[in-house]
Amino acid sequence: MLKQTEGSKAVAEAVALCRPEVICAYPISPQTHIVEALGEMVKSGELTPCEFINVESEFAAMSVAIGASAAGARAYTATASQGLLFMAEAVYNASGLGLPIVMTVANRAIGAPINIWNDHSDSLSQRDSGWMQLFAETNQEALDLHIQAFRLAEELSMPIMVCMDGFILTHAFERVDIPSQQQVDAYLPPFDPRQVLDPAEPVSIGAMVGPEAFMEVRYLAHAKQMQALELIPQLAAEFREKFGRESGGLVRSYRADDAETMIIAMGSVLGTIKDTVDEMRDEGHRIGVLGITSYRPFPLEQVRAALIHCKRFLVLEKSLAVGMGGILATDVRMAVSGTGLKGYTAVAGLGGRPIPKSSLHKLFRQAEKEELPPVTFLDLDWDAVNKQLERERQSRHSGPIAENILHDKGIVSAKFG
Amino acid sequence: MFEVRVHGRGGQGVVTAAEMLSVAAFEEGRHAQAFPSFGSERTGAPVVAFCRISDKEIRLREPVMEPDAIIIQDPTLLHQIDVFAGLKQDGYVLLNSRHSIEELGLGELIKGRNAERFCTLSATELGLKHVGRPIPNVPLLAGFAALSGTIKLESVIKAINEKFSGKVALGNIAAAEEAYLLVQAKMKEWADA
Repeated sequence: MLKQTEGSKAVAEAVALCRPEVICAYPISPQTHIVEALGEMVKSGELTPCEFINVESEFAAMSVAIGASAAGARAYTATASQGLLFMAEAVYNASGLGLPIVMTVANRAIGAPINIWNDHSDSLSQRDSGWMQLFAETNQEALDLHIQAFRLAEELSMPIMVCMDGFILTHAFERVDIPSQQQVDAYLPPFDPRQVLDPAEPVSIGAMVGPEAFMEVRYLAHAKQMQALELIPQLAAEFREKFGRESGGLVRSYRADDAETMIIAMGSVLGTIKDTVDEMRDEGHRIGVLGITSYRPFPLEQVRAALIHCKRFLVLEKSLAVGMGGILATDVRMAVSGTGLKGYTAVAGLGGRPIPKSSLHKLFRQAEKEELPPVTFLDLDWDAVNKQLERERQSRHSGPIAENILHDKGIVSAKFG
Repeated sequence: MFEVRVHGRGGQGVVTAAEMLSVAAFEEGRHAQAFPSFGSERTGAPVVAFCRISDKEIRLREPVMEPDAIIIQDPTLLHQIDVFAGLKQDGYVLLNSRHSIEELGLGELIKGRNAERFCTLSATELGLKHVGRPIPNVPLLAGFAALSGTIKLESVIKAINEKFSGKVALGNIAAAEEAYLLVQAKMKEWADA
C-alpha cells in the first residue's frame, strides 16, 4: 500500500511485518522514532506475540538481543552513534556467536565534539565486527532491506546492520510502498535457528576457545560473509520477483555505460549525486555512478567489474579515517588494484554538513579534469581551519578547538568576559 | 519541482506543517518529500522545515536553498534571521501576522517582484479561535493553498484528517476553511484593485 510517511515509521512497519519476537531498545537520536513506533504496536496488541523490553543502556540492548536470539527468538534492536559505540563489546559477541540479530543503525556522527547529525562514522567504526552492513538509498529501500535482512541473517546465522542516514532518511516524509503481511510471510519463513538454548536439550553457546581453534572459528565468520556475497544478490532477485521492486543487492550502477568518470558512494547522497550526474550528462559529460549497498561483505569483484572500463573514479564518502583519508575509498582502491585507474577521495557531509548539488558539480568537474588532490574535504571552511592552526602556532595555550571554531564563526560566544 | 521552506519556532508545529504539506501533495498523486532542518529543536528556538513537491520521484537530499515559497509562522523571526534568503524571483511568501506586508516594513522586499504573491494571515488567532491553541501551522497551510494554488484545500483537509481525529480534526478543518477564504478574499481585492 502506498503511503506518505516518515522513514522511521516505514521501517517500524516493515520490522513489524517481519514478526520479531523480542525488541529491545534504548532511545538515541535519530533512531528513537523507530523503536517508539514498534513499542506502540506491541502495546496496542497490533504486533503480537512480541516482547518489547526497555533496557538501561545500549550495552544492555545488545546483550538482551543476544540472549533472546540464543533462546531462538527473532530479535531486533536499533541504535546510532555513541549508542553503537557503547554496545561495541556486545556487537562483536553477537557476530562471534553467530546470532542472526537485525539492527537498524540510523547513521550519525560520533563525538567529540558532540553532534547528533548524519554521517557514516558510527557503523563504519564497526567495520570489522563481523556484522554485515547494508546501506539504504531511500526510505523505500530502508524498508525493503529490513525484510531482506532477517532472511539473510537467519540463512547464514550472522547478524546484520541495516544502515539508513539519520534525519535525512529517518525523519523524511516520503512515499513508500508498504507490503502486505502475506507478501512478507511468503518471503520470510519463521526463524529456524541453527543453534538454540533449550532446557530440554542443554548445550552451551560461547565456549572459551584457545589458540588451537580460534583461527578456525574466525575464518568461518569470514567464510559466512563470503557466502553472503552470493546470497545477497539472490535474495534481492527473489525480492524483485515477489515484491516487484529493485531493492538491495551488492552494488547498483547508474548511467555507467561509456562513463569515463565514475562516482562511488553509499546511502541517501546517491540521490543528489544522480541528479547532478543527469545534469552533467545533458551537457555531454561522460559520467556515471556506482552505489554500494553492501559495505560488509565488500563486493570487491563487482566493484572492480563496474569500474574497469572507466578512466578515473571518485569515492565520495561521509566518513574519515583520521590520519589516513577515506574508509570506503580504501576498499574501492583495493577492488581496482593493479588496473592503474586513477582514484580520488572526497570526504563530505561530516556531522550533517549539507552536500549540495552545486558543490558536487564543481567537485565532479575537477575529478573529470584530474585536478583533485588524492583526498579532498568538500566545502571545508579553510579560513576557520587556518585561523585555528595559526592560533596554535602563536600560543601554546590555544584552548579548546571546537569552542574556538564556533567562536570564530560567530555561532556562540565560547568565552566569558 | 516546487520547493517550500517553513520558518517558525520550536513548539509551533513547523515540522508538522511541512509533513502535512507533503501528505496533501501525496493525496493529489504527486511525489513529495518533507524533512526538518537539522538544527537543534528546542521550544522557542528558530526551526526550519522543508517540503519538495514534484510529479516525478524526488531524489535530491540537499536543504531547500532557493525556495519557490516561504511560510513564516512567527513574524518575530524577521528581526533574527534572513528568512527570505534565496527566495526565487517569482516566489510566494505567506507570513503569520495581523499586519499587512507594508505595515511590517517589507515594502523593499516586494520591489521588482509580484506583490500579489506576498500575503499575511492572522494564523495564530485562527488557531486560538478554532482549536483553542496558538498553533498557526494548519491555517497557514490552507492559506498557502489559496495563495499559491500548489495544493487544493481538500487535500489539506485530507492531511488534517490523517494527522488528527475527533474535535481537534474538526477544529483544524474549520481553521483551515476560514484561512483559505481570508486569503482568497485578499487575492480578490488585489485582482479588483
